[in-house]
Amino acid sequence: MRAVQKSTRLSRCLLATNAVRHNSTAAASSVKPLTSVLIANRGEIALRVGRTASEYGIRTTTLYTDPDAQSQHALSSPYAINLGEASAYLDGDRIIQIAKEQGCQGIHPGYGFLSENPVFARKCTEAGITFIGPPWQAIESMGSKSESKDIMTAAGVPCIPGYHGANQDPEHLKNEAAKIGYPVLLKAVKGGGGKGMRIVSKPEEFFDQLASAKSEARNSFGDEVMLVEKYITTPRHIEVQVFADKHGNCVALGERDCSIQRRHQKILEESPAPHLEESIRQDIWEKARAAALAVKYEGAGTVEFIFDNDSGEFFFMEMNTRLQVEHPVTEMVTGEDLVRWQLIVAEGGRLPLTQQEVEQRIKERGAAIEARIYAENPDMNFIPDSGRLLHLKTPQATPTVRIDAGFVAGDEVSSHYDPMIAKLIVQGPTRDAAIKKLRAALEDYEVAGPITNIEFLKRICTSPDFVAGDVETGYIQKHHAELFTPSPPAPEVYAQAALAVALQELSSSQNSDPFTAPPVTATGFNGTSFQRRTLSIVEVPANTSIPNTTPPTKISIHQTAPSTFDITVGDSTHVFANVTASFAPSSNTLTTFYPHTRLATTFVRDADRLTLFQQGKQYRLQLALPTWAEKALGVKDVANSVLAPMPCKVLRVEIKEGDVVEKDQPLVVIESMKMETVIRSPSRGTVRRVVHGAGDLCKAGTALVEFEDENQTEDGR
Amino acid sequence: MPPKAPSREALTLLKHSARPRTNSTLPAHLQWRLAASSSRPSLQTNSQLLISKPIARGAATYTHSHHAEAVSIIPTTVDTNSEDFKENKKQLDEATANLTELHSKIAQGGSQKARDKHIQRGKMLVRDRITALIDPGTSFLELSQMAAYNVYPGEEVPAAGIITGIGTVNGVQCMVVANDSTVKGGTYYPMTVKKHLRAQAIAQENRLPCIYLVDSGGANLPHQADVFPDVNHFGRIFYNQARMSGMGIPQISVVMGPCTAGGAYVPSMSDESIIVENQGHIFLAGPPLVKAATGEVVSAEDLGGGKLHSEISGVTDYLAVDDAHALVLARRSIGNLNWHRNQPSTPTPTFKEPIHDPAELSGIVGTNLRRQIPIHEVIARIVDGSVFSEFKPSYGSTLVTGFAHIYGQPVGIVANNGILFSESSLKGAHFVQLCGKRQIPLIFLQNISGFMVGQDAEKGGIAKNGAKLVTAVSCVDVPKFTVVVGSSAGAGNYGMCGRAYSPRLLFTWPNAKTSVMGAEQLSSVMEAVGKTVDPDLKARIERESEVSFGSARLWDDGVIPPEHTRRVLGMGLRMACGGQNRGVERESKYGVFRM
Repeated sequence: MRAVQKSTRLSRCLLATNAVRHNSTAAASSVKPLTSVLIANRGEIALRVGRTASEYGIRTTTLYTDPDAQSQHALSSPYAINLGEASAYLDGDRIIQIAKEQGCQGIHPGYGFLSENPVFARKCTEAGITFIGPPWQAIESMGSKSESKDIMTAAGVPCIPGYHGANQDPEHLKNEAAKIGYPVLLKAVKGGGGKGMRIVSKPEEFFDQLASAKSEARNSFGDEVMLVEKYITTPRHIEVQVFADKHGNCVALGERDCSIQRRHQKILEESPAPHLEESIRQDIWEKARAAALAVKYEGAGTVEFIFDNDSGEFFFMEMNTRLQVEHPVTEMVTGEDLVRWQLIVAEGGRLPLTQQEVEQRIKERGAAIEARIYAENPDMNFIPDSGRLLHLKTPQATPTVRIDAGFVAGDEVSSHYDPMIAKLIVQGPTRDAAIKKLRAALEDYEVAGPITNIEFLKRICTSPDFVAGDVETGYIQKHHAELFTPSPPAPEVYAQAALAVALQELSSSQNSDPFTAPPVTATGFNGTSFQRRTLSIVEVPANTSIPNTTPPTKISIHQTAPSTFDITVGDSTHVFANVTASFAPSSNTLTTFYPHTRLATTFVRDADRLTLFQQGKQYRLQLALPTWAEKALGVKDVANSVLAPMPCKVLRVEIKEGDVVEKDQPLVVIESMKMETVIRSPSRGTVRRVVHGAGDLCKAGTALVEFEDENQTEDGR
Repeated sequence: MPPKAPSREALTLLKHSARPRTNSTLPAHLQWRLAASSSRPSLQTNSQLLISKPIARGAATYTHSHHAEAVSIIPTTVDTNSEDFKENKKQLDEATANLTELHSKIAQGGSQKARDKHIQRGKMLVRDRITALIDPGTSFLELSQMAAYNVYPGEEVPAAGIITGIGTVNGVQCMVVANDSTVKGGTYYPMTVKKHLRAQAIAQENRLPCIYLVDSGGANLPHQADVFPDVNHFGRIFYNQARMSGMGIPQISVVMGPCTAGGAYVPSMSDESIIVENQGHIFLAGPPLVKAATGEVVSAEDLGGGKLHSEISGVTDYLAVDDAHALVLARRSIGNLNWHRNQPSTPTPTFKEPIHDPAELSGIVGTNLRRQIPIHEVIARIVDGSVFSEFKPSYGSTLVTGFAHIYGQPVGIVANNGILFSESSLKGAHFVQLCGKRQIPLIFLQNISGFMVGQDAEKGGIAKNGAKLVTAVSCVDVPKFTVVVGSSAGAGNYGMCGRAYSPRLLFTWPNAKTSVMGAEQLSSVMEAVGKTVDPDLKARIERESEVSFGSARLWDDGVIPPEHTRRVLGMGLRMACGGQNRGVERESKYGVFRM
């Protein structure tokens, strides 16, 4: 947060110097000051916009929905209006109505939701409210992929070969694909954010993928018009941040390389792009400005290019007519506050910096990188997770380490919305320095509750090719083995987990009961023989849809004095004698002195789930179910079932009871967080029962499909 | 500065100094008040007047609590580098090491074969069962581990095949009685019965809920004559269960193995009982006896298994899958006793550990009982902060009496520091009465060869004075605890609250010797009365006075390492004063007799 303040302070100084220069030409009458704005968004971006607005004395009104009533953005302003149901952030008419009632002169749409909706932008203008973004005509032109390409081609911006025509006959599209040459990319014309997008590598797959892409596009945007494009095999995603004002000025605020993506969505963004020749850099900036000027652009926009790493060519992909999630990267390398720029432009002011000044800034400030912290499971193809943030510790914010977060500890990551918890942005004099700083900051980032991608991000930070700057959009798939090799927890981790469980139980029982015996652990000649207990702890499997078969690790802890223990992990291969440990419940910290080292571990327990943070790593463990529990409690054996990986709605069931299915055959298609996921068969088998049909809502871990037990029939049990 | 009201002290001063002028119409203090409320010059006159008068008394000397407390701290003269200390330590450490080894062996239970078989059946060993039952981090005060040691010739019955002790279960201190079926199938030898009954007696006296972990083949048939019919035999177990249940002391049993014949009454007489399926069996007669009696052929499980008793007969209330599950259910039952109802929630008392190290006790006492044990040094290593408020320190100094705390719990200590004379007996009786009136538990530290003998002593009425101490100890109605730290002989054993005087718990140190008199004296008395003396007599008496002999026969509740005395007493005090014993006061209406 201090970083934001500093950069805004900086920009204010610069504004003053610029103002001198512009005074001679600017027409003061064109400035329409904003004193009150409505933020038509949620989460971190609503907070981030609110911060800059408040800093300049602009009153902010925030909106929230029922599931968001307690969220940070809703609490950030005294003017907070309830929209009701979860989907209401998309209710443009209602939001315009509220803006008028609240006396807001402008609406900031943030990103997502209504930010790129030309109808909404037009209605704002018609209602006399300043839409803090580009003119609706520009949104409309850039919103249609085929129209935007025509405009770009006319403006001399290179576009990727493809078919953007109106003939949507599948056969025709397939012919076009053949003309372009496989592999090809299928994309929804109205699409974005990776939704309604499919890669087809072989002609045989074409129709299947087309159907799937159309279905997703229909569900996401209510439109299934598709385009076909050449698919570049080692592409990089390089985008240029542009800014234009109402006076015909347009600058490129540097580029961002957003090649590290999963599910076609960015997780790491950096600026400047590594290994980019200066001539290409200048060219790409120039083309981006040309693109913006071609649609008479105003405000913040991002021109996205696909960069062919092999040939050095780049092609226009699309222009995002909004402030993007990753805008802080540009803020860190330029030292500018882009929301402030948006407000200046919306008020009719001039851009605070010229192109030359921007370039000078970037040279001085080095590199910046952003990591998006998501509640998602990398090991299950990054499917989103949700739930309460039981523990949240962020790195220390400094002028070069910035955290844009929408949550605090205790908040609920709702399954209704995007599962991004925060953005962590760091700046360093060089790319190497920035990456090191990012890794260090990620090691200080502790999130317990929903599973997050933090561990995965740390792995990327140390992945040699990434460090070397050899990035491409297929990076994660290409380095899959390296990035996803499981590293089993060290014996000390199990020892710490067992100690924390024991000490937590001790501290809770001793505090609650005044009748307990004196603090004595051992009496008599072999008094400690009643203090040896064995705990069974198992690592939470990365992939929860497959039943866990790892045998639990047995940890024997033998309390020899109130805070002294002998610990044996596993089959007595790891023995730690005379260990002293103390647990501070207020900070969830376990401090243990082993004979060989001291370990300070953050320990968070949620029922039987244990989360440990130790030496910059997170460990997710679970107390194993006692052997009696299965029989005594009738806990169902789910070995032969396929489970819902997250809270979801069943969209389609692709199989029938009695079907014999092959490994990886689609079983059920579910939807969660507006994303379709295909649940595939883990192995060959016969379907015994389809537990949930289309339209059913399921909790995470619910069985979706049960299989015949092959062993059972063989054993004849 | 506005005039202030005079302090109480100033007023008193004034009263004293103004007394000669009482003929004045106004009382002196009103005069002062008038003066005080008037102008400054008059105030000065008054103070001049005060100063000019001679001061009748000085100010109270201020003593900081730090110095006040220092009065009670026991100083030590122990030199850990002295030859005596080293020699003592060597001797006692050796005795302790032997006992530790013996206890470790006993703690293993039955033979390796029996234990392996037990585990193979999916059962937990008895000590693991107890560990799983009690709260983590709490100590289990095991009783009489030496029971039956070398008692039955040719037979090893470790711990008499039954583990008893006090443990905290779900925050409630309970008496746990657990059969060890790896020892002779968990059958009841006479010592097993004695140990079971002793555990029940402790439970009854201290209001401890009882948990029976049953895994026993019933009475040991070859010893049936010594376990079956008499008043303190097998039947008494069920009598006690019924009586305790009647007193509101819960009886919970967990059937984890066979419960045959009489044993069937343990779960049947319990308030709640839990049974492990395919493992616990309850029947009045097992399958072989049934076949012999009626010709009916039936499996153990169908005759008295967990399912039958939980679903059909109703003998048991809960069916468990295995030992671990059964113990979880037992803990839950204790959690539902509503045991701490009507108990004021008072903060846990704070305390200081002794300033002198309890580990030094071995070097202080040694094993040579001919040498006097400096009892103050012992007390200093047992009580909180080594703080001891000694009562009558200069009178009858062979008996040390005084007040102290153990883990914050006030106690009265009566400790031998030589032979009991008339004076020491009278002082002891006086002090015991004080503790009775004040409801302070008593700790007896026994190291006594007896009351003084001889003409002078008899003239001084040692018999009646000793009787006063015995009477006081017998009748005082506060929890009593006895630790035999040296010898325990003669009527001294009685006056110092021996086993017959119902201390709540009695523990023995490894160096202790218990006999009516020393082996040497006993032999010479026998010779003196002209009997032919068995040449082995002295050696036998010597052997019988050892701790291992007495402890095997349950003359005590266990042998303890001296440095654990504080811990054991702390746990015992909590047992006797916590739970439902809080706020219960019983004492006669006589005043304290000054002896």
